[in-house]
Parts: sequence; structure tokens; C-alpha cells
Amino acid sequence: MGVWQIIKLAIAGIKANKMRSFLTMLGVIIGVAAVIVLVSIGEGASKSVTARIEGMGSNLISVTMRGSQSSALLTYEEVQQWKERAGILGLAPVINGNVSVKYGSNTYDTSLEGVNEEYRQVRNHTVQAGRFILPMDVSLRQKVVLLGTEVAAELFGNMNPVGETVKLNGTNFKVVGLLEEKGSESMGSNDDKVLIPLTTAERLLNSKGIRSVYIQAESAEMVDPVVAQLDNILYRKTNDAESYRVFNQAEMLSTVNEVTGTFTAMLGGIAAISLLVGGIGIMNIMLVSVTERTREIGIRKAIGAKRKDILRQFLIEALVVSSSGGIIGIILGIGGANLLGSVMSMETVVSIKVMALAFGFSLFIGIVFGLYPANKAAKLNPIEALRFE
Amino acid sequence: MIKLVDISKLYHTGSVTLAALNKVNLEIKNGEMIAIIGPSGSGKSTLMNMIGCLDVPSEGRYLLEEREVSRLKEDDLSEIRNKKIGFIFQSFNLLPKLTALENVELPLIYRGMPAAERRQRSVEALHMVGLSDRMYHKPTELSGGQQQRVAIARALAGDPPVILADEPTGNLDSRSGVEVMEIIRNLNENGKTVILITHDMEIARQAKRVIRIQDGSIVSDEEVA
Repeated sequence: MGVWQIIKLAIAGIKANKMRSFLTMLGVIIGVAAVIVLVSIGEGASKSVTARIEGMGSNLISVTMRGSQSSALLTYEEVQQWKERAGILGLAPVINGNVSVKYGSNTYDTSLEGVNEEYRQVRNHTVQAGRFILPMDVSLRQKVVLLGTEVAAELFGNMNPVGETVKLNGTNFKVVGLLEEKGSESMGSNDDKVLIPLTTAERLLNSKGIRSVYIQAESAEMVDPVVAQLDNILYRKTNDAESYRVFNQAEMLSTVNEVTGTFTAMLGGIAAISLLVGGIGIMNIMLVSVTERTREIGIRKAIGAKRKDILRQFLIEALVVSSSGGIIGIILGIGGANLLGSVMSMETVVSIKVMALAFGFSLFIGIVFGLYPANKAAKLNPIEALRFE
Repeated sequence: MIKLVDISKLYHTGSVTLAALNKVNLEIKNGEMIAIIGPSGSGKSTLMNMIGCLDVPSEGRYLLEEREVSRLKEDDLSEIRNKKIGFIFQSFNLLPKLTALENVELPLIYRGMPAAERRQRSVEALHMVGLSDRMYHKPTELSGGQQQRVAIARALAGDPPVILADEPTGNLDSRSGVEVMEIIRNLNENGKTVILITHDMEIARQAKRVIRIQDGSIVSDEEVA
């Protein structure tokens, strides 16, 4: 019997028992849709985290000093000496602090970073208006400031802040530039901050040393040697491996990807269980169907159907149910992922790979759970089957 | 030609062995029309299953057109049923979801016949039983007599040498029964071997030879005028 004909018969059978078929399919539909939605959330999270880390700058290494005494911190001169080391393209020491920014009668509390001119390149920042901090600003302790987009929006609204004067903790600073919007990262928002020259920040915050330095390696290959050198320098300085931390972006990426990968696999696994339950539903209905159709099986066998004909018929019916469920599930899954993406402003990524996987799995479920009932049908004795009322 | 040699069918229930058929010998020549009659429990159904290759004997040999079929496997029996035997059942046994034409096509589908050829043959078979205008009706839309004629067309479509009819008129009113029997007699006149299984003497008399079976054995075998 032709496969196409069996498919047509199976579809007719599904239509004849609409409610029952729908409920049977529902298990597969929910399972497939759940796999797609949950995996799309996982992959979306992974993608956005990866993009953020990469957005921090390329071949980025960061050094963080953890000691509490000022001797455990770095000085600007010390950091500048690292320049001679091989493989280092850019050095951006940073002094962090909090500051209240005042413009007219508006006050806004935000974080402040004292930086040098290399910070822009190392941290992959772009200036959308005005200029960045210049070497001269650093050496002359100029009172100039660049605003992040959030800060600018809070204080200036839609007005261009460049050229205006703001008060940082009561001191007048000239706004020389506005940063490009960058989005947030694991260390906090990139847009809710202001940048001033490092030396000026030292004064303003009354800070004695530098706690963090961003370093850009020349290339991806140079990241590991540079990390090793920094480790060496810092250990010699502090004699305590616990008092500093050298962090490299690639490592961070792989750690994050590992975590999100596990997360995605876990979500997918949970969803796959519901698909499995859907498969059991298919088996249950197929068994009922075989019993109901015992006489039909007997007739088919009497007029010449072989075991494989009957087996194939029931297997194809199971496959039609599970694959219809799979297709509906994919459509619902894509819709669900998009809905979640727009309503909850979550990033979701529906990949062809996941759709293929979920659909393939639903077919697999159809075969696995269809096989037992189909085999039961194929093995029926024609005489007994014909006698069945 | 059908030849049964010392055919027995034994059923074991615990320590008791029951012989549904006991050393039956029977020869049916090509083109014969015979009736097998007997009360229920006489073994005539078992004999029909045996002749129809639905069942295999416990002992003895069954030769269908010189081929030993008594020791064949299930799938080989399916193939023989498909090619050699046309079944007509008391309760028609049509598939309710298929149209008359699709029902008639079914054995040809299992034979693996190409679509165009099987369509043509099925149409011809339905024409032969006078149902050309009912081809696309489902069994539930047909009368009992019409349903049995569809079943005859189905038995006929594969052009088997043997037609096996089990109480073909049992579920029909007398007028339809007469029509159906007429078609069956025509089949025989056109060269088919026809085997009727019945308990109705009226029907049996229409055959040329009547075999009586009782308690698993043939008790009489006589030609009818």
C-alpha cells in the first residue's frame, strides 16, 4: 500500500476523531513549543551576554587590586611602565567613584571614572558629540567631563550638553563630550556614568591609588602571554596572589558560555520531558485505536496485507499525529518566543537547529511510541481479528 | 485445483485434545462449484479457514494449485490469499471509511499493482456486479445487497482462481440474496472455482456438489443434478 495513501487515510482518521486527535497532539505541541521557547530564551541570554562582553573591548584584560591599603594599589606611573612590555597595545587605568552631577537645579547621582586618553579605544567607547579626554587633559588636570547617555538625558533632556558647565561634587567641570550609548554589562551600566581625566579624579575623589586597569592586548594570541606577565609583575609587587586579580575577557566569555550552555541544556531537557510525556499519550491512543480497529486489521490481512503493511500503516499514523503536532508546536514556539521577546523585552533566538531538533525529536517520539502499538496490530491473528465485534 | 490430504486441526485445552477437523480428504477441481454444509460447531468454519489459507492444519497436507501451503509462514499465506482466493463474508467486511472503489482496490494495493491498472480493474469489477453508479459511495450509504456486491467485486478484482463465500446471503433479504447468488453462479460459469459455506440447503442446492460435514469429518459428498 502506497505511503501517500496511508498518509491520506491517517489524516482522514485524524479528522474523524478531531477532539481525540487534538488532545493526543497537544502533548507533542506543548513539548515542541516548550523546547523552542525555552531554548530560545537560553540562546538569547547567551547571545546578549556574549555581545556585551565583546562590546567591552577586544582582547581585553582587566587588573583589579583588592588590597585595602594604599600600598596595595597602583600608581599612574607604575601602570605607565607596563607600556614597555611586549604585546600590550593600550593601557587604561581607571579610578572609580561616585559623584553627584548638578546642572542648573537638576542633580543626578552617578558613577564616575577617572580615565586616560587610551580608555576610549581599550574599552571600545565611541563619542557621539564633542571629543574624548586628551593626554593634555590628564597632564594638566583639566576639569573636563564626558557624559554617558543616561546622565545626559537626566540632566539635559534632549539638549546637547557639549559646551555646558556642570558641577561634580560642587566643582565646575566643562562638558566636552557625550558618549555613544552602549548598553549595560556585568559590571553595571555603561551609559549611567561620567568620565573625567584620571588625574582630576584623583583630586576630586581624594583617591590615593588606582584600583583597576584595563589592558588591551595586541592580538588574541598575545592575551595569554600578557596575562602571564601581569601576573608576574603584580605578584612581585604584592607577594600575595590574593591581593590582585587578572581577568581576561576570553576566559570570561568561555565561563559565561559554559554557564548559559548548561542553562540552555537544562531548559531544553525539562521541555524534552514534556515531549516524552506527549509520546506516551500517542502510544496510549494508538493502543486504543488498534483495539478499536481489530476487525479492520483482520479484513486487511484476509485480503492480503502482510505484517509489514499493517505495521507501516499504524507507524505512519503515529508519525502523522506526532509530526502534525511538531509543526503546530514549532509555529506556536516561534510565536511564543517572539511574544516573550517583545512583551518581556527579553532577547530570544530561535535557531533553525533547535527547530530541526525539536521536530526531529517529535518524529522520533512518534516512531518509538508508535512502534509498540503498530507491532501489536501487525501480529494480530486474522481469524481472531475477523471474529472481533 | 484444491487437494486436502488427511487434514486435521487439533486444539489443546489442558489435557483434552479437540479435533475441529479429523483427517479430512477433499479434492476440488478447477471450475467446480461446491457447497460445504453442516451445523455450527461441525468444523465447517475451520475447514473454510484452512481452504482460505487463513489458518494452517495441525496435520496433513494442503495443495493449492500443486503448491504445498500447509507449512507456510504468515506473510506467505497473506500473499497466497491475495492472489489465489477471493473472500466473500457473511457480514461483507468492507472498510467503512473507504469508498466502494477504494475497498475494491485494496487487495490490488497490497499486491503492489500500479495505480492506473488497479483503478481500471476495480472499475471493471464494480461494473460486473452492476455498481458502476455507486463507486464513490461509502459502505454506509449502500444497501446490504449493494455492500455484498462491492465485496464480490473486491473478491473478483484480483482475478483469483478460487472464490470462497462464507454464508454470502446470511445477512441479506431474500431478493438481494437471489441477486447475489446469481452473480456468484455467473462467476462459476466464467470459470472460477466457487466454494460456498452455508447451513442453508436452499443455497447449497445451487451448487453442483454438496459436501456435508459433521464433527470434523466429511459425512457425505454428492453431486447435485
